[in-house]
Amino acid sequence: MQPARIALTVNGQRHSLPLEPDMPLLWVLRDELGLTGTKYGCGIGQCGACTVRMAGAPVRSCTLPVSAVTGAVTTIEGLGTAAAPHPVQQAWIDTQVAQCGYCQSGQIIAAVCLLAEHPAPTPAQIDAAMTNLCRCGTYARVRIAIARAAAALGAATGDRT
Amino acid sequence: MSGPRTGQAGTLTRRAFMIGSVAIAGGVAFGVYQVRKPHPNPLRDAVAQGDAGPAVTLNPYLVIDADGVAIVTPRAEMGQGVQTTLAALVAEELELPWEAVRTLHGPAAAAYFNAAVLAAAVPYPSWDHGWLAAGLRGVAGTAGKLLGLQITGGSTSTADAFVKMRKAGAAARLVLIAAAAARWGRDAAALQAHQGAVLDPASGERLPYTALAVDAAALEPPADPPLKPRAQWRLLGHSLPRVDMAAKCTGSARFGIDVQLPGMRYATVVANPYLGGHRAGFDARRAERMRGVVRVVDLGPAHGDALAVVADNSWRAFRAAAALDIDWRPAPDVLGDSAAMLDAMADAIDTLAADATPRDDGDVERALRIARAEARTVIEAEYRAPFLAHTTLEPPAAVALRETDRLTLWCGHQAPTLLRDLAAEQAGLAPAQVDVRVQYLGGGFGRRAEVDFALQAAAVAAALPGTPVKLTWTREADIRHDVYRPAAVARCIGVPGRDGLPETALLQIASPSVIRSFSARAGLPAMGPDKLITEGAAMQPYRIPNYRVVGYAPDSPVPLGYWRSVGASYNGFFHECFLDELAAAGGVDPMDMRLALTRDYPFAQAVLEALRALCGWDTPLPTADGRRRGRGLAMTHAFGSTVAQVVEVSDGDDGIRVERVHCVADVGLALDPAIIEAQLQSGIVYGLSAAIMEAITFKDGRVQQSNFHDYDALRLARMPDIRVRILQSGDAPTGVGEPGTPPSKPALANAIFAATGERIREYPLNRHITFA
Repeated sequence: MQPARIALTVNGQRHSLPLEPDMPLLWVLRDELGLTGTKYGCGIGQCGACTVRMAGAPVRSCTLPVSAVTGAVTTIEGLGTAAAPHPVQQAWIDTQVAQCGYCQSGQIIAAVCLLAEHPAPTPAQIDAAMTNLCRCGTYARVRIAIARAAAALGAATGDRT
Repeated sequence: MSGPRTGQAGTLTRRAFMIGSVAIAGGVAFGVYQVRKPHPNPLRDAVAQGDAGPAVTLNPYLVIDADGVAIVTPRAEMGQGVQTTLAALVAEELELPWEAVRTLHGPAAAAYFNAAVLAAAVPYPSWDHGWLAAGLRGVAGTAGKLLGLQITGGSTSTADAFVKMRKAGAAARLVLIAAAAARWGRDAAALQAHQGAVLDPASGERLPYTALAVDAAALEPPADPPLKPRAQWRLLGHSLPRVDMAAKCTGSARFGIDVQLPGMRYATVVANPYLGGHRAGFDARRAERMRGVVRVVDLGPAHGDALAVVADNSWRAFRAAAALDIDWRPAPDVLGDSAAMLDAMADAIDTLAADATPRDDGDVERALRIARAEARTVIEAEYRAPFLAHTTLEPPAAVALRETDRLTLWCGHQAPTLLRDLAAEQAGLAPAQVDVRVQYLGGGFGRRAEVDFALQAAAVAAALPGTPVKLTWTREADIRHDVYRPAAVARCIGVPGRDGLPETALLQIASPSVIRSFSARAGLPAMGPDKLITEGAAMQPYRIPNYRVVGYAPDSPVPLGYWRSVGASYNGFFHECFLDELAAAGGVDPMDMRLALTRDYPFAQAVLEALRALCGWDTPLPTADGRRRGRGLAMTHAFGSTVAQVVEVSDGDDGIRVERVHCVADVGLALDPAIIEAQLQSGIVYGLSAAIMEAITFKDGRVQQSNFHDYDALRLARMPDIRVRILQSGDAPTGVGEPGTPPSKPALANAIFAATGERIREYPLNRHITFA
């Protein structure tokens, strides 16, 4: 497809880039914007390493054409930093989830979306939402970290009310 | 804690101005001068090249600058937590607070040789500490040093580092104390190292290491400093926060695929899909006209006639690669069908001479003759295992920059000195002109001991001098062009004795040699029998009166590689499923049988007893929900560790569910229990994924699978509950990265037998039974 000027908002920043409309969002993030925290794993939406948050929901950016981006995008870099991690990231650190770490950006984004929709998710809701592939098999600690993050976010909400 | 805690030695050069003293001699010293002489400290060059600010290197594992102490952890961090544990070895003796520890991977250097990986290759069981076995291990380790192999593999990193990195920390502590003693004019014996400083307990005065490093580097460190007794450890033996964790949870950890350089171009490769085939011609005109394409590079025969497309964006390179019109031709004489390959492996047991017979107790022929003459039960079974891919979640990727008289490579790699040497050869450079900068590995599992993808990146970069090139394989390329875990066939014959216990067991195992395949690619010598073909079946801690394990090494057209737990990944399945068959035939409980067979091996008995208690072996499983349930047991001694597992399954209308895995592992000495638990869980998931659903098959010379839709692995929803218990029977650590994998497959198959009565002798098991 011929390039067109495409506008998108990533981690609160607006961008306008001349791009082929069918370029997947993943490669816009990684190769055009330099946001390498979002990973390439399969290119067919199977593994979830490329998961980002769009308008609150998890999407597989490797199969989402940039022209189909319909809302603000949040990547792992937009959640928090090592110095000031997001509560879900903090739960991941406290649980020592990551091994090789390559899938964890996608896992954490998926968990953030899950907890936004279901602040106290049931095991079935966790199973349904957390479909990301982890070749290191960190799943047991992913479950623990989600419970920990749910508790932390719930307590924080409780404090405010 | 803020900011990155890990990095590359090269990044220190900016503020470096002087170098330190003599390198510490590592683990192996064998009485020959050339061998005793340490390899030069590679950090001297890295640190000396800088031009501002003080940095000092005391030995190959330490750099001290104004920001504090950085510990070089020269093993690939592929998820196994090795940089954390190696750093803890140095920090323990150096009296560094854990919060202050920074790590660097360090350069590719002979000083970081891995003696343990070669020592593990000697043909004696790891529990044999007799003079001959120990002597041969020493020779093999010495050869490893002479070759300067810096390898992360064989579950050897902590065993290799356990003494030498603690000694490095202790020696540095002693020269830092000596430097403080000289500065103060006091007796060194009255001073202490404490929390990153030298302390005078009498006066309460402190001098931080950063203030003493320059003086300390001028002192000769002791060659053999005493080490702390285990009872005084404050870091080792404890679960520490990993040094890589915050970066990996915030997207800031840099993997090979994430390296970005100014002016960088993006490439991918299209390789020959046919085993041993060739390229008759190609037309790149359409690809070359596509948006963003820089050029198409013919990588030539050295890379199997692969073509690389270079573009200004990875996706554009992928698209243009798909638009290449290439006339690939199959090889005429290659056996290109995996079912036929497995049949040929089975035939090899009859037609080939044995490659090795690593276990031969009693007289198997005589015992079988007598058993048949007496018309006793003789169990014969053939087992099969498929080819497997690694599918590291980060696909093969590397960044290369070719400049005049210099080549720099950035990637995750398990054998950086090997890569450096082969890249130098390809580029016509000296090894010293090649700089391999090892990044985090998005999974290793043996795949990143291979040099193919990085040498391709170097070849593409050679065509674009001065331009950094990131080469990324598609997942399809990864699955179709892996170096595969070999398929294998085992023919097993056994006889239960009159007491029900196995009296005779013969396992004949045929599988093409990984060592020969890897060595041919890497230009390394491969002599003698391939111990890996029988690894995990031979040298198991069992006593059976007539017990023989034979390996056969048929040729294979398939490129083969090290895959997590290597030979044990299929032999655990063969051996432990067959023992389960013998237990059933003899009418004995599989746990009681193994406890009886391990009576000469108390460490294995302890593992089994602990597992019996952990899993409630003697308590019946619930049946109230109408599902049939079963437990399966397996044990494998591999990489120096003994690991036994019980898998629980249930069977219902929706098929088999893997409910629970209980695992007991004797790891010698547990340096970091939380990391060890994670590694064992990881090994189990890797093994169960393969056992349930993974296979690479060939048809007409081509791999039939291409991505995760047809080569999947376990996901969270099907993840069983895994309980791990760690035992420590030794005074040194043994392997943990791989030994969780071998017993998981047979424990699952044995559980399915217990639940359903169906004995499945081939995996993936989903070819024969439905999983929920």
